Amino acid sequence: MSEPKMSRDGAFIGASVRRREDPRLLTGAGRFVDDIELTGQLHAQFVRSKVAFGRILDVDLEATRATPGVVAAFAADDLVMAPIAALLDRPFEQFRPTEMPVLAHDTVRFIGEPIAIVVARTPYAAEDGVEAARVEYETFDAIVSTDAALAHGARRLHDGAPDNVFVDVSLFDTPGLDEAFERAAQVVEMTIDSGRQNALPLETRAALAEWDERESQLVLHTPTQVPHLVRTATAASIGVPERAVRVIVPDMGGGFGLKCVVGREEIAVAAAAKRVGKPVKWIEDRKDALTASFLAREQRYVARAAFAADGEFLAFECDVVCDMGAYSCYPFTAGIEPLMASGEMPGVYRLGAYRVRGRAVATNKAPTAPYRGVSRPQYVMLLEQIMDQAGRQLRMDPLDVRRRNLITEFPYTSINNITYDPGSYLESLDLCEQMVREEGWFERQAEARAQGRHIGIGFACFSERTGYGSSAFAARKMLVVPGFDISDIRMDLDGTVTVTSGTMSHGQSHETTMAQIVADGLQLDISRVKLHQGDTDRITYGFGTFASRSAVIGGSAVQLAARALGEDLLEIAAHLMETNLDNLELRDGSVHRRDTPDERLTFEEIARVAYLEAHRLPKGVSPGLHATASFDVTNDGTFSNATQAAVVELDPDTGAVKILRYFCVEDCGVAINPQVVEGQARGGIAQGIAGALFEEVTYDANGEPSCASFMDYCIPTAMEMPDIRLAHLETPCIYNETGAKGAGEGGTIGAVGTILGAVNNALEPTGTLLERTPITPRAVHAAMTGGTR
Amino acid sequence: MSERHLIELQVNGEPHELLVEARETLVDVLRHRVGATGTHVACEHGICGACTVLIDGEPARSCLVLGVMADGHEIRTVESLADESGLNDLQEAFTACHSLQCGFCTPGMLMLAEGGIPHLEDTSREEVRELVSANLCRCTGYETIVDAVEQVAQQRRSEDPTVTEGASA
Amino acid sequence: MKPAPVSYHRASSVSDAVDLLTTLGEESKVIAGGQSLVPMMSFRLARPEHLVDITRIPGLDSIELADDELTIGALATHQAVLESPVVRHSAGHGLIARTMRHVGHLPIRTRGTVGGSIAHADGSAEWPLLAVLFGARVVAEGVAGEREVPAEELFFGLYTTCLEPDEIVTRVIFPPAKGATGFAEYGLRHGDFALAAAGVVLPSAVGATDARVVVSGAAPAPTRLPATEAAVAAGASDEALRQSVMADLDELEVDDDYQRDLVTGMVIKAVKEARTR
Repeated sequence: MSEPKMSRDGAFIGASVRRREDPRLLTGAGRFVDDIELTGQLHAQFVRSKVAFGRILDVDLEATRATPGVVAAFAADDLVMAPIAALLDRPFEQFRPTEMPVLAHDTVRFIGEPIAIVVARTPYAAEDGVEAARVEYETFDAIVSTDAALAHGARRLHDGAPDNVFVDVSLFDTPGLDEAFERAAQVVEMTIDSGRQNALPLETRAALAEWDERESQLVLHTPTQVPHLVRTATAASIGVPERAVRVIVPDMGGGFGLKCVVGREEIAVAAAAKRVGKPVKWIEDRKDALTASFLAREQRYVARAAFAADGEFLAFECDVVCDMGAYSCYPFTAGIEPLMASGEMPGVYRLGAYRVRGRAVATNKAPTAPYRGVSRPQYVMLLEQIMDQAGRQLRMDPLDVRRRNLITEFPYTSINNITYDPGSYLESLDLCEQMVREEGWFERQAEARAQGRHIGIGFACFSERTGYGSSAFAARKMLVVPGFDISDIRMDLDGTVTVTSGTMSHGQSHETTMAQIVADGLQLDISRVKLHQGDTDRITYGFGTFASRSAVIGGSAVQLAARALGEDLLEIAAHLMETNLDNLELRDGSVHRRDTPDERLTFEEIARVAYLEAHRLPKGVSPGLHATASFDVTNDGTFSNATQAAVVELDPDTGAVKILRYFCVEDCGVAINPQVVEGQARGGIAQGIAGALFEEVTYDANGEPSCASFMDYCIPTAMEMPDIRLAHLETPCIYNETGAKGAGEGGTIGAVGTILGAVNNALEPTGTLLERTPITPRAVHAAMTGGTR
Repeated sequence: MSERHLIELQVNGEPHELLVEARETLVDVLRHRVGATGTHVACEHGICGACTVLIDGEPARSCLVLGVMADGHEIRTVESLADESGLNDLQEAFTACHSLQCGFCTPGMLMLAEGGIPHLEDTSREEVRELVSANLCRCTGYETIVDAVEQVAQQRRSEDPTVTEGASA
Repeated sequence: MKPAPVSYHRASSVSDAVDLLTTLGEESKVIAGGQSLVPMMSFRLARPEHLVDITRIPGLDSIELADDELTIGALATHQAVLESPVVRHSAGHGLIARTMRHVGHLPIRTRGTVGGSIAHADGSAEWPLLAVLFGARVVAEGVAGEREVPAEELFFGLYTTCLEPDEIVTRVIFPPAKGATGFAEYGLRHGDFALAAAGVVLPSAVGATDARVVVSGAAPAPTRLPATEAAVAAGASDEALRQSVMADLDELEVDDDYQRDLVTGMVIKAVKEARTR
């Protein structure tokens, strides 16, 4: 643990400043959606489909409406709500446009799909009302695998997708690929399967909507990573102007991607509140959060990789099939997983030839949203298993196979037409290996093996594109192109600063880190800076927080806004102090003269003039202190990188995987707040380990999900998590204002492959290779015992 | 309408007389009738521990206790930890160690530690880890939570070395 | 996830509780710690019309040792047993306190009760296994009066006992283990219900045949393994133990290889613990 310190070289950027969010969150004074009570507030719950695939014949809400405490109940036909459509600008053979209705009205496509909304005086009565509802279905056979969905003659989920395919893209067919396979010394074949996971923020989804007649505006309190996108989707669905929806995000209990898409429930709650004329609150319960929200990561990679005798990575071919469930999510679309995988898969390795096909397939399961890392945990797992296997086949140290192929010269334009900015790919591997070596793990492994114990060491090298700008998303051909962010800054009369950002912190500490940026930019104490976020009425537009974009893009916008405000302060001061700009500098919350450093004007004195003595302002300068700036990434973005390593031991009795030690060497450029970066790394690794060893939602033949409780969906506890040894390298981003690269997802991206590699390394004496996550104790045990006894 | 009962609760030292439904869980009573919203709800089936409070000094999941059954008992929630002089030692350690990110599990973690530390036998890291494993956190990976609780447990133990009853098997 | 409507009744004595259960009929249910019942009510998997709260009944939470027999009141919590000097220092019952570490987590152990766990009869829970291992006698009171049920006869299957709807578990009497004891269990995560568990009492003397081996994970309720008991009594090696457990599991028709190995592994671990104590 690094010691928190106030600043480095007098600066806030780079210092582990104490989190400014903490005092309220530690005292119970945080304010989450369920903590807000509005006068006359009612409570909603949803009648949800009990069948995975079928036609709704009748929705009978008579008994519901007669249930004590129930105020109203609405099915699809009772509320006017346009469906949600997430679209790509691609031809039909690549993308089939489909819609997601807010409430199912004709067809139901997964168990848990909302059919009606029940509004009652208490949450208890709302559930009583849900129980009383009667829905009749004509049931079809559930489609619960991509194989079944793609089978000839399979019933189609959506008329718009006749073959149950949302997205089908084939990319980069490099000339000479087939020849490369022919002349390869070794070809590694690998099929990797990844189980369906729930991102599982501890706070479930929620909405509290109220129609404000005075403002002619619907106020929607909801924990979302993308407030403006929720506004846009809600306004479009319920048919009101953008300005007639105000989305407010109070404190938010995690998101991890699950909350960066627009849910149907928040729109239905908004429509219901507008209809009943009273505030309506919906708190998703855990059963629904597990079965009926958004899931992720169910993917299969069938891959072939060609290597020369010296380990050179010659060619790579991969078929990616993603089980996206029943609907395409807004705004990212069902293309999110296959397009990320196909476009970015070569990762940190130089590669001669590449061919990939990526498909998004519709099945009768809860739909998918982007989840921390999006496909990268899976393809890193694939690539790193391939590197290990190439080492085995070529009789080379698998780390040397990696070294042979890691990108070392920057900028580097890869086979996938993406240009990588400078990173420390090789350095992080070398340092990580050194850390493992100096703790003696290679020797300990050899000793353990001699005693018949199963200890394994796994490594994963990877990078993470962070700060996707408009051009990167436009390249995916999204119709909604996220990318830029806007920041608004103002200084009040007393010299305090309020900065507003379109990003939306939900654990990432932006109230601290953005304030650090502003404090350094304006050279004033951080206590004088306050961040505002999560209110669509306070900034024109913003894309929120996802894809490790906030520090890179939002942080740069904040810094530019601070700089613009600083220039205004200097201009006014120059006039008041009767000197020129070159003779002035910002320092300690004041503008100082360089020639006579004792002579200064405090920000408060300048602000007083700007607001209360406007007649003293220079000609042409408007009263007030206010600036706006925006930032976008116009190139291919900036890449964080890391190497992780794990040491595991397998229990011969149970097949349990015990993590003995975990290492991570990461490089996210300038760490604005090192303690926060470490927190992101540790927490990210924990979620990767969770996916590698513990968590999966499966479905039975009827499309019934296996996990409706935390008894079945096994989130690891402190007992299952290792302590992690972290080390940092710093290759600053050269494109943005702060030098910071994103740090939100790397931990997760590397951990799944690291763990699988370690387990497979431990299993080497058995000759078995596991190619599926989560790695269950049953599978490990079968591998250790040869599968039979 | 569901059956109701009049109950008395001491919440953070203050008496409350409340009319509650028989089926109402203690956490709902605390949050929505008492207005102590610091205690959070995240699973409603007793696994995640976000709703952990102290009942008569002992940590308990308040989603697994009916409000009517808590009648006459003393409840302590996260709102009781800090006083006018500021955060208590646990809260200080949590912020110093970066033991929270989104903060949703934090009130439950704090009350688990507050009530659990007196039950520790040797305050070793492994024992603390086992205590912390009662509650789920999705953000931190737990290591920094274990750091903070270990620190405070050892500090408190050094200040008051009275070993808990039944310690040392 | 909110419970369905229910009526609440507070019993002042055991006979009062029995009267309430009799009057209210089959849709009534006893509630004590609520650690299993309340979540089932929240999922609406359990929807009793009436709850009879027995937690205010005085005297049901005692833990006493008399004539070497340990009597634990139905309302004693897991944590109270874990920390009870009486249990910890009783030569024949130390295993009971040690095993409590495996019961859920502290905030569950402070509320969950011994009687509740026995009556709930979750086949993977620790208390039913301990009761069978020690040859405990479960005391229940109902309209017909008080009776003692040997633990081995109490558990029919998963969540099923031979108790009548009007009967309440009031205490459990544990005779002392005559030999050294061991316990092991495995679940995916710490504190989870066990996928397999084993409790072992070694023979009271060399040549004695009174060893006991009880496992969960091999049948809906905790089960004795007779062949393994004989093997333990004979001081069998790990390999011989493995074969005896396999023979017992054949009898029980456990055919899942993984489950068989889990149970075997836990038995060997528990025996090892007992032998080194």
